[in-house]
Amino acid sequence: MAKVLVLFAHPMLEKSVTQIELIKSIKDLYAVTFHDLYQLYPDYDIDVDREQRLLINHDIIVWQFPFYWYSCPPLLKQWIDLVLEHGWAYGKDGNNLKDKWLFNAITTGGPQFGYQEGGFNKYSLNQFLAPFEQTVTLCKMTYLPPFVMHGTHRANDQERKVYADNYKQILIGLTQGKFTLDQLKKVSYLNELIPSTVISNN
Amino acid sequence: MESNFLFQAFVYLLAAVIFVPIAKRLGLGSVLGYLIAGIIIGPFVMGFVGEEGKDIMHFAEFGVVMMLFLVGLELEPSLLWRMRKPIVGLGGLQVLASTVVFSLLAIAIGLHWNEAIAIGMILAMSSTAIVLQTLNEKGMMQTSAGQNSFAVLLFQDIAVIPILALMPLLVVHQIVTEPSGEHGSTTLIENFPGWLQTISVLGAVAFIIFAGRTLVRPLLRFVAATRLRELFTATALLLVVGITVLMTLVGLSPALGTFLAGVVLANSEYRHELESDIEPFKGLLLGLFFIAVGASINFRLIIENPLLIAGLVVAIPLIKSIILFILGKSFKMGTDQNAIFSLGLSQVGEFAFVLLSFVLQLGIINNETVNILMAVVAITMALTPLVNIINEKLIIPRVGIKEKAQDIEPDIIDEKNPVIIAGFGRFGSIVGRFLKANDVGTTVLDLDSDRVELLRKLGRKVYYGDATRYDLLKSAGADDAKLIIITLDTPEKCVMLVRIVKKHFPNLQIMVRAYDRPDSFQFMDEGILHIYRETLDTSLRMGVDALNILGHRTYRATRLSRIFRKHDEMNLKKLAAVRHDRKEFISTAKQSISELEEYLLADMRAIDLNKDEGWDVESLREEVQNMQFPAPGN
Repeated sequence: MAKVLVLFAHPMLEKSVTQIELIKSIKDLYAVTFHDLYQLYPDYDIDVDREQRLLINHDIIVWQFPFYWYSCPPLLKQWIDLVLEHGWAYGKDGNNLKDKWLFNAITTGGPQFGYQEGGFNKYSLNQFLAPFEQTVTLCKMTYLPPFVMHGTHRANDQERKVYADNYKQILIGLTQGKFTLDQLKKVSYLNELIPSTVISNN
Repeated sequence: MESNFLFQAFVYLLAAVIFVPIAKRLGLGSVLGYLIAGIIIGPFVMGFVGEEGKDIMHFAEFGVVMMLFLVGLELEPSLLWRMRKPIVGLGGLQVLASTVVFSLLAIAIGLHWNEAIAIGMILAMSSTAIVLQTLNEKGMMQTSAGQNSFAVLLFQDIAVIPILALMPLLVVHQIVTEPSGEHGSTTLIENFPGWLQTISVLGAVAFIIFAGRTLVRPLLRFVAATRLRELFTATALLLVVGITVLMTLVGLSPALGTFLAGVVLANSEYRHELESDIEPFKGLLLGLFFIAVGASINFRLIIENPLLIAGLVVAIPLIKSIILFILGKSFKMGTDQNAIFSLGLSQVGEFAFVLLSFVLQLGIINNETVNILMAVVAITMALTPLVNIINEKLIIPRVGIKEKAQDIEPDIIDEKNPVIIAGFGRFGSIVGRFLKANDVGTTVLDLDSDRVELLRKLGRKVYYGDATRYDLLKSAGADDAKLIIITLDTPEKCVMLVRIVKKHFPNLQIMVRAYDRPDSFQFMDEGILHIYRETLDTSLRMGVDALNILGHRTYRATRLSRIFRKHDEMNLKKLAAVRHDRKEFISTAKQSISELEEYLLADMRAIDLNKDEGWDVESLREEVQNMQFPAPGN
């Protein structure tokens, strides 16, 4: 059974109904460790040793965060800066993360059609995620497509419930080894792996 | 002769060493201890010291002189200005009202008007030595009772100057005819006419202010440059003794002279050196003074006039208290603070001895009256600690409970607060304000009734009383709260409260403020998880700013301080675990040194205290430099 580590970063979770819903559905899953960075490191002083031990003990890493200014909230960036050390995560002798899987679980306020050429945001979400992809690759891990919920500004309770459930199905599937690497790499969003995802995109 | 002096010293010191600790252990305070010691060795019990008791008292009055010098040093003009209202208002009215009432009473029992006024002014004085000593010992200087007491005492101390200046004017008919004993010959001005004496007195005061401003500071600078510690002490003593001699020459109270000198020097850079040099002498001499007061109580006189003296001893403090209480009330003091204030100042003070010998010298009052008054003054002083105990044990508890019953019970019903704050002093109040700012309801328990009243006025839920009382906690809603924040004044009280909460209210999470490491260990032993050392964060912030001033960048310095703090907390826990293995008899001081040593060693061992690998890519640089890149163009 694969073990999943969800590294969650949100500076103001109190105000995010969507993220609360997502967390609620996955945080107590078997073989899933939910790790709330802003709760643990309000002063940004990340305990590097502890984080590295956690990483070693898990097989699949998830960076879960709201999409802020086309990137992650600053504490997750700080985490990347400090935890993924040269000689530990990358470089000649940095092999501790080798062959682990990693994907982003992202919510965006704007709708999906805004994230494309000619759209409001001009680029697709996967284009924006290039730095994350390359970071993961440099650390010798396997980068997977993101799980995404677009359009949270206008989402209703029912939509949130569906997404939360899909997220849960994906994590369960991953822990139980239901998806092959080929299947995973083929999709542009992991959401596509769950057949029931027929949500009208606002 | 020499051996006689040593024997005297032996008797005094022995009496102090035996009786003061006993009195303190019994909760009576050191002043009563000294007084009892004095009575025991005095002529009427054991007779170790006889008639020379009076002389010793004159010598020991020097302690009062020094105390006033120190009081003066503490009083920067700005502090005086800030306290002007209580000093002039409360103090002024107290002296005026007491003088008027006692003078009228004296006239009513048939004394001449000039005697009556002199007696009125004398009885208006309270004992700075006893009251300040007591307030300091009980840590009550910062309460409103403490502040107001200080204000009144200060006004009295200042008022002695004009009173001494006025006394000669009360001499109506005869120029001094009565021989005034051993001191008469030392006064230069006693044969001057009244108006000239007044001018001399004012002149001497002016001289001290002038000299303090222009002569003393250069002298201190000159002496300090020699870097001989004992010479500075000698100079400090010289200053006090010199003023005493000068004041005695013009027939003025040395205490006032040194007080003035103290105020004049309060802003000087040598203030703290002067304070620490004079302090031990003051403590010893003051002790001697109280012993002498005890020894000089003339029991024969008391036995001859028991009713008169008993009546005066009861009536005088009672009248003073009533006047003080009314004034306290009109200055909006809470009932219990007012009780501490008005009963605390009810005795007649040591200035009365000074003034009485002065009026005797001037021949305003006859010898017999003076002797009776001396005895009465000494007894009221001796009884002060007892009055305070009665006040603490009997009166204040009633007052406190009464206030609580009237005001607080109804509050509890309307809503329940999740947080109880025990102690709303400088630490607890910040926590409380922060919680309030974030809409967290807090119930406060505090012992300062004026603070309690203020908070209630602002709509806070506040209980007056000792937070370690089970019933008080219960009525404050401890059964339903989630959290208790303990920031009481002393570590002992905090530990006591921790135990009570753990025993009776296991539902409460405990957060506690600790003063220092030993304090933290104690709380750890009690099993408390949330312990906050009060100086840790501030001192580290200071360290950060220090690094900053030295050119380190702010963010890095701040991070380093937080890494250091975690390291320090971890060390604390490690030390707490091994602490009990040590031999019991290591003294506390020695233990804290050896602990400090362990901390410093741990600092040296900790290699991680200042590295941030992620941002400091030395290893990456090396790796890249060793790489073989294909030449461009290939």
